[in-house]
Amino acid sequence: MDILQLLISGLANGCVYGLIALGFVLIYKATEAVNFAQGDFMMFGAFITIWLTNADYMGINFYLAVPLAILIMGILGYLLDMLVIRRMFGQPQIAVVILTIAIGFILRFIAGVIWGHEPHLLETPFAGKELKIGSLVLGFEEIAIIIVTLLLTLFLFLFFRKAKLGQAMQAASQNQLAAYYVGIPVKKVQSLIWALAGVVAAVAGALFASKGAIDPSTGLLGIKAFAAAVIGGFGSLPGALIGGLIIGVVEPFAAYYLPAGYSQVAPYAIMLLVLILRPAGLFSQMQNKKV
Amino acid sequence: MSKTPVLKIENLESYYGPIMAIRGVSLEVREGQIVTILGANGAGKTTLLKTISGVMTPAKGTIELNGENIQGQDADKIVKKGMVHVPEGREIFPLLSVKQNIAIGAYVRKDKASVKRDLEMVYSYFPILKERNNQQAGTLSGGQQQMLAIARGLMASPKVMLLDEPSLGLSPLLVQEIFTILKRLNKEQKVTMLLVEQNAKVALDVADYGYVMELGRIVMADDAKVLENSKDIQAFYLGVREENERGQRRYKQRKTWR
Repeated sequence: MDILQLLISGLANGCVYGLIALGFVLIYKATEAVNFAQGDFMMFGAFITIWLTNADYMGINFYLAVPLAILIMGILGYLLDMLVIRRMFGQPQIAVVILTIAIGFILRFIAGVIWGHEPHLLETPFAGKELKIGSLVLGFEEIAIIIVTLLLTLFLFLFFRKAKLGQAMQAASQNQLAAYYVGIPVKKVQSLIWALAGVVAAVAGALFASKGAIDPSTGLLGIKAFAAAVIGGFGSLPGALIGGLIIGVVEPFAAYYLPAGYSQVAPYAIMLLVLILRPAGLFSQMQNKKV
Repeated sequence: MSKTPVLKIENLESYYGPIMAIRGVSLEVREGQIVTILGANGAGKTTLLKTISGVMTPAKGTIELNGENIQGQDADKIVKKGMVHVPEGREIFPLLSVKQNIAIGAYVRKDKASVKRDLEMVYSYFPILKERNNQQAGTLSGGQQQMLAIARGLMASPKVMLLDEPSLGLSPLLVQEIFTILKRLNKEQKVTMLLVEQNAKVALDVADYGYVMELGRIVMADDAKVLENSKDIQAFYLGVREENERGQRRYKQRKTWR
């Protein structure tokens, strides 16, 4: 039963990594820039959820607070693109990347000033509850994480498949110039993609904070999610999720079966392996553009 | 040709950074016409179209669409006003299906019933696209991608279509096919067209009026039939050989506008 236990807690972790990786990929596909602040978005979303929910702060009902936090992060993402990132239009990609690193630092600093540097835990209605199946003990949080991730994935899948806005987002990311030609308001759509990345980050943050304590430097695990996105093939949404799951599952197994320290290295070792054997990632959507 | 101009451009100037690509262009497109702009590589034809459709912002000059000034407006606003740009080089959405590519052409429209009608109309002109409905657009052949770009443009239900080198990289047979369809669209659907071409022969065949562009300026403007018979156009764009008294081709002789 050890294996199953490890597997499920690994999957739950992996879901959070996967969601952060999803944010990376969303923004990369739309703007061809890597948002290194994605992990800090997640941290910030978690803190906003905690701030709204926990009895020490606002103490709003959990089921009301989470959508509110998601909304706030969505607006934050939109404004960030509209007011900051868009000004970099026409500058080299590296400038945008460095800017996102700076935004990550700023978010970390703001969170530290407002909420302090000691770890916080989100007070959820299902905290501490467990589901026992034989010798298998599952935390309610873990089950919730997996279910919410599945639902969010399904929602995103349908959104990009069916919704007009989802199609416009895909179009704008595949061929920006052509998107202008067909009358898609590309700038607005890009801001909405940043908003979506904020929403996904808020969900990931709320899930993460319900499972483990969070402090302003938690956002640094964004690097691990970055590895997940690379494993999945940067540019593929399902790839990002599966990359996250792989890393999430490998970590606890490496910690359990291998000498200490290996579990920290494992995600990056897998990333290197993937880069060597399949440089475009496991689920690459790369294709050569016809001239 | 007494109809009012739907598109009227005056003294348009446009820059690529420090380089002046459009040096004061004025032209008119009247309702129901096909107007062509001829010119060699680097003459500024594509830049002109990009400036008209709002992808680039002009430095000077005015663009009037149905009497309304539209210069400097965002591309999506201009599409809503009924002018759509079919870009050169088959700028399609490679990972979306053919159907999705066509559907997204109607992005600015709200009226679902008329969109559906137009979809049938588009398929009737391009039956091959209906066959390839669910295929990824990036896997289409060059000619089919060009048709897809035109079909996508039609879905915006444009009054004016800006076409940038629809013949680029296509076989002579396909070029004929596409231009036949363009002519039919012009006649049957009353789409006014501003057509940029290097292939002067096919362009002048379908066009009512033509402009010749060189180095960012209009150097000649006349009815398409007149242009087709002009010595300069024949020598420099249609490749007609004209021998002088000594039996040599004229290479150094000056064009009338220089």
